[in-house]
Amino acid sequence: MAVPIRILPRLALIAALLAALALIFAWVGGWIGRGRISGAAVADVLQAANGKVYPGFRRAHAKGLCVSGHFDANGAGAVLSRAALFQRGSYPVIGRASTGGGDPISADGRPVFHALGLRFALPQGEEWRMAIDHTPIFVVSNPADFVALQQASIPDPKTGKPDPAKIGPFVASHPETAAFLAYMKTAPLPSSFANGPYYSINAFRFLDAAGTSRAVRWQFEPEAPFTELDKATLDKRPKDFLFDELLARVKQGPIRWRMILVVANPGDRTDNATIRWTGPHRQIDAGTLVLDAATTEAAGNCRDYNYDPLILPKGVAASDDPLLPARSAAYAASFRRRALEGPKPDAITLDYQQGKTL
Amino acid sequence: MTPRFALPARILHWLMAALILAMLLIGAGMLSTTTARYPELLAWHRPIGLGILILALIRLAVRLMHRPPPLPADLPPLQVAAAKGSHYLLYALMIAMPLIGWAMQSAGGYPVTIWKGFVLFPILPHDIVVYGLLRAAHGLLAYAFFLLILGHIGAALFHALVRRDGVFESMAG
Repeated sequence: MAVPIRILPRLALIAALLAALALIFAWVGGWIGRGRISGAAVADVLQAANGKVYPGFRRAHAKGLCVSGHFDANGAGAVLSRAALFQRGSYPVIGRASTGGGDPISADGRPVFHALGLRFALPQGEEWRMAIDHTPIFVVSNPADFVALQQASIPDPKTGKPDPAKIGPFVASHPETAAFLAYMKTAPLPSSFANGPYYSINAFRFLDAAGTSRAVRWQFEPEAPFTELDKATLDKRPKDFLFDELLARVKQGPIRWRMILVVANPGDRTDNATIRWTGPHRQIDAGTLVLDAATTEAAGNCRDYNYDPLILPKGVAASDDPLLPARSAAYAASFRRRALEGPKPDAITLDYQQGKTL
Repeated sequence: MTPRFALPARILHWLMAALILAMLLIGAGMLSTTTARYPELLAWHRPIGLGILILALIRLAVRLMHRPPPLPADLPPLQVAAAKGSHYLLYALMIAMPLIGWAMQSAGGYPVTIWKGFVLFPILPHDIVVYGLLRAAHGLLAYAFFLLILGHIGAALFHALVRRDGVFESMAG
């Protein structure tokens, strides 16, 4: 059928309108236009820096085990935030203790930071999730630097190790990263998951009952006295010594931390997790985190949650720290991928299956 | 005068057109970024999704109560089939997409937060494998929805500008 010549301009108009809509969609979705960093791009670069994909595992903090217990709030935190967690009472907690890095069967005998993912169950279905590290500062201040650092850390195919010629220039041009690496090298590492502090890493906004907003960081301070890990003998320690120690310790009795809220002073940076808040600060002891059970991931109920630090109850909100939304988006991308790949047994379970005894 | 859709059907159509297009753009936009836009857009995605689900159920009832105006008698059978089939798919997607979103967040173990302090109950038990499948379906169906909407707009404009048969005016007029 021949199309009458007079309707051609009208067909062209329709085609142009549809093309314009498709272009708007493509631009909003980031497929055309200036380079944006998506959560998926962060997961991609983590996979590259890991040297391979470990299907079913987190793209970072791949090795971990499950903990559970409760948080006993003393009510003092309510002066800073109307979050249900700060109302006097006891709230169930599950969580996941992990070491940094993307290799789920890595050995614990390396200078690596300890992390804790926590999920506090609050009334009316509310939750507060945290992903906290034993280091008070982070290695970079923004997602672009994080991607660049991971890119510089991609293993050289010849040596299987990161190329110093790539890492060197990044560290040289990023003094905050140099400071973090120096901290990891010189600061004493806790000898256990149980005797070190855990920091919120980022600043958050706390809203009190009157609607006043304050910038706050927090830290969990261990009841168990700090003992230092002997870095000189690290590589001679058993493969899972940190995790095995935690499994054994919880059997002896609950492990406790005080939750200390730290209120920003005027002038404290809330948008840069590489900078510590130094000097005296208003501190509030909000209660005690009690962990009284620990199991392997395969046996526990912690692996299949995403410890997204932006799952927050009312009374707590994100600060202007650019790392927070990036952590949230990247964790979600990692969660989507490992969900589709299907969960796998963890390193500690595999070692037990091969005859290891605690 | 051209027969028209009932007034509630026309109001629901244009309101939902705006919401669904916004929703597809919010979904695509939030996945493209790690800036503060990500949590902001995500916070809009859930309440708008719930709103679309409620409106879609009302619309389904309106559609069952009010017979739509007939298609032109001279419309070729293939176009009639395309018109009927695409409308079944549009209705299916506007009800299924929010339900899949709600179900996948439930299966993922996420709190389905409509706004701070208001969390919907889960409609599936926590199961990360189910989450993975539903999440993949949510994304693929979103692309299918967008393509279907492009086809719908293209067909509507074809009726308005080329055939000039009153079909466009029955919804727009």
